[in-house]
Amino acid sequence: MSEVKDITIQSYLEFIASKKLMGSKCKKCNEMYVPPRKLCIKCNSIDMEWIEMSGKGKIAAFSCIGVGTTFMEKKGYSMKKPYCFSVIKLDEGPMVSGQLVGVDETKPETIKIETPVKVKFLETEIKGEDPRIDLGFEPV
Amino acid sequence: MGKLARKVAIIGAGMCKFGRNFPLKRNPDMWVEAWIDAVNKVDNGIEPKDVDACYVGNYSSDLFNHQGHLGPQMADLVGLTPKPASRFEGACASSGIALRQAIIAVASGIHDIIAVSGVECMTQLPTTGVTDTLATASDDLFEYPAGATFPGLYAAIASAHFHKYGTTAEDLMRVGIKNHENGKENPFAQMQQSISEIMASKVKSYEKQGRDVPVWKNEFDFLKSSANPMIASPLRLFDCSLVTDGAACVFIAAGDIAKKYTDTPIWITGTGQGSAALSLHDRDEITSFIATREAAKQAYQMSGLGPKDIQIAEVHDCFTIAEILAQEDLGFYEKGKAVEAIKNGETHRNGSLPINTSGGLKSKGHPVGATGAAMAVEIFKQMRGIAERNRQVKFDVERALTHNLGGSGGTCVVTIYQK
Repeated sequence: MSEVKDITIQSYLEFIASKKLMGSKCKKCNEMYVPPRKLCIKCNSIDMEWIEMSGKGKIAAFSCIGVGTTFMEKKGYSMKKPYCFSVIKLDEGPMVSGQLVGVDETKPETIKIETPVKVKFLETEIKGEDPRIDLGFEPV
Repeated sequence: MGKLARKVAIIGAGMCKFGRNFPLKRNPDMWVEAWIDAVNKVDNGIEPKDVDACYVGNYSSDLFNHQGHLGPQMADLVGLTPKPASRFEGACASSGIALRQAIIAVASGIHDIIAVSGVECMTQLPTTGVTDTLATASDDLFEYPAGATFPGLYAAIASAHFHKYGTTAEDLMRVGIKNHENGKENPFAQMQQSISEIMASKVKSYEKQGRDVPVWKNEFDFLKSSANPMIASPLRLFDCSLVTDGAACVFIAAGDIAKKYTDTPIWITGTGQGSAALSLHDRDEITSFIATREAAKQAYQMSGLGPKDIQIAEVHDCFTIAEILAQEDLGFYEKGKAVEAIKNGETHRNGSLPINTSGGLKSKGHPVGATGAAMAVEIFKQMRGIAERNRQVKFDVERALTHNLGGSGGTCVVTIYQK
């Protein structure tokens, strides 16, 4: 069995880079956190373990953004080609932020809150930068 | 929960004209103007020797202007050195925090009079730089890679509010229309135009350029048109506050000393501050700010007042949806009911609960670190009956509130004022 990673931001990002959505679970009160926490803020326990999320959830909030971040502009998005930022409530309970793909970003009225989605790891290659993988979602 | 150990009052408050002031005016220039305006508002006069400390609220002069360490810089400009001078940061709530810390320090007996400064010079950077600098107040690790911008985060909040309560884009537009009508009456505001005046000036400039002149039936028609582009659905350009340079100054004095400076001090009877996770996804609720609810609870408890006692308020309308959330989270209206109140004109300057008579962040402008102090300036003017032009409310204001929010709701400061 491979070594258990320390619960840090870096470990979480490494899991994302290997296309795994991992959270932490409090062994004492069973509360779950994504991104993971090393300290349970419900019961103060530090007895936490990694747990893999199913990657399934529902849209809790979203916006199709025309004036985007520098990162999204580099990915080719613009006023004419907006992208969708979303907050997803995972079936396991925690909420996470991710880009929502597979929707019509130019018609935000067609995107509905509570629509079931599943995780989609987004691979990005920007010229002159290291390739990266970010957390994203798409409708089921 | 805490009580103020001794009485605290505002004895004078002032500001510089908000706008795209750079490069004609930088932070030091604007701060000195705000100081002079505040000194002129102290009935019996005030001199630097009377002031014990300088508390500066500023969000990000480091990134906007490549200048840190603003405390002593601002203190020196108005002759306050070698007295203590400190800077406070809490994103857009920075000078709300400076004001609160000054209240606490004066109440404690450590200081008798503190000059609270709020300063921010944003337009030194190009728009992309402003966006990236503001983005550092949100969660860089997990929200940024998902594409979150500030308008985007508030837009996501709006999407959830629309879904839960049936709020519409038109409801948001009413907030902007109202605040522009107020800003028109404020000579210190960045945009002193109502939406219909903006429409008229657009028509004029289209005519001048020989372009097809658009026909808009009314303000809503204009606000739904391509002349008001979608920034982050459902928020359009006119749902967003402005990028602004500005400064404000508020003198906080101990109760027994205040009477020396004025016969009509504005008493501060409640202060509260709350916090929340930076990321929306780390909060239990998206359509309500827990930091606001917490700050309000503390301030109401300290003052012995409740939301029904408040006669006017300046709330943090960095985006139109934020004014709606503030009205609900401060307890003025039940969740989902604020939009009805706006529709009925209750929050207009002639309504039963005028909100943002200054024009708000939407029209007065939002130099982020100066905003909290500038809210206190408007309340000071309204309670003294000296608000300029036609925006003075028609009744005697005895109880007022300011609500200053940081980031996407990570920090909130609420202050209650009484005559």
